Amino acid sequence: MQTDAVRRAWREGVSVVVATSAYGLSFGALSIASGLDLWQTMVLSLVMFSGGSQFAFIGVVAAGGGIAGVASAAMLGLRNALYGMSMRRVVQPRGALLPVAAHVTIDESTAVALAQDEPRAQRTGFWVTGVGIWIGWNLATLAGALLGDLLGDPRQWGLDAAAAAAFVGLLWPRLKARQAVAVAAVSAVLAAALLPVLPAGMPVIVAAVVGVVVGVTNWLGPRHESTLPGPGPRGSGKGQHS
Amino acid sequence: MTLWHLLLLASIAVLAIKLLGYAVPPAVFDSPRPRRTLELLTVSLLAGLVAVQALGGDGGVVLDARIPAVLVAAGLFAVRAPFIVAVAAAAVTAALLRAFAGFP
Repeated sequence: MQTDAVRRAWREGVSVVVATSAYGLSFGALSIASGLDLWQTMVLSLVMFSGGSQFAFIGVVAAGGGIAGVASAAMLGLRNALYGMSMRRVVQPRGALLPVAAHVTIDESTAVALAQDEPRAQRTGFWVTGVGIWIGWNLATLAGALLGDLLGDPRQWGLDAAAAAAFVGLLWPRLKARQAVAVAAVSAVLAAALLPVLPAGMPVIVAAVVGVVVGVTNWLGPRHESTLPGPGPRGSGKGQHS
Repeated sequence: MTLWHLLLLASIAVLAIKLLGYAVPPAVFDSPRPRRTLELLTVSLLAGLVAVQALGGDGGVVLDARIPAVLVAAGLFAVRAPFIVAVAAAAVTAALLRAFAGFP
């Protein structure tokens, strides 16, 4: 017997799975356009499995950034550790399920879990969303990569612009507070200004210092902060991107 | 390092960070400052990546069809268009501007 709350968690999870998996298509196509082959593209989606980190890796490596691509992907993945700390209490995975739970701990599975009201529904939301996106994201990546293989010159199809747009989409839901908007603006200007000066990949890493400094000092931040558990400033499980 | 080395290194790093989240005591990050710092680090990295992907090219900054395309995508995100729609619209915008309007 499923309660209404559990059924609601299923419904929300499935809708987030469908929306998120769809843009695995764009990842697959962009990865091929960045010079990775089909297997390399699939390993990223199967093993790395974190949208922001995957887009960052292919973007920086395609520009010749090398190890800076690894650093960018890892730094963007740091927030998953924060989600893991919330999800450990919510999901309470044991034994062999623990690494599986960790692997599917991403923006969306965390957000859907935290949007539910009762423990069973939270666990349902987490697993449906996490496992569902892992399957859907990988199928979509494969389809996108096969499509990307047929396209030829990526610039002719505007895929370089699509890569930039993908980062805009990942950034957009995080720009709610004034502090985040200021950090984003300064980081973007700094990264652009450093482009002619630093080797590929490094402007992004240096610009990331802006976020760390503002985060530690809380410049422009609210004086009184809530300590609600959750993925960043967002509370609902809808309309988000990893 | 070959592309495969970089790719495996990055994949294992991201996976290890996820496992770390389940291994460290929650108290480590469970206060406003580390939470805020991690969130703003993410914002900072993504904003830097927007700039580099939209402007980067041979010898530094290159202004081309990517800029109007990204503005189109931003407009669509602002009205809550789905991710895949906005990203595809950016690609179509850049492709059309290059094919028919002489944009680089």
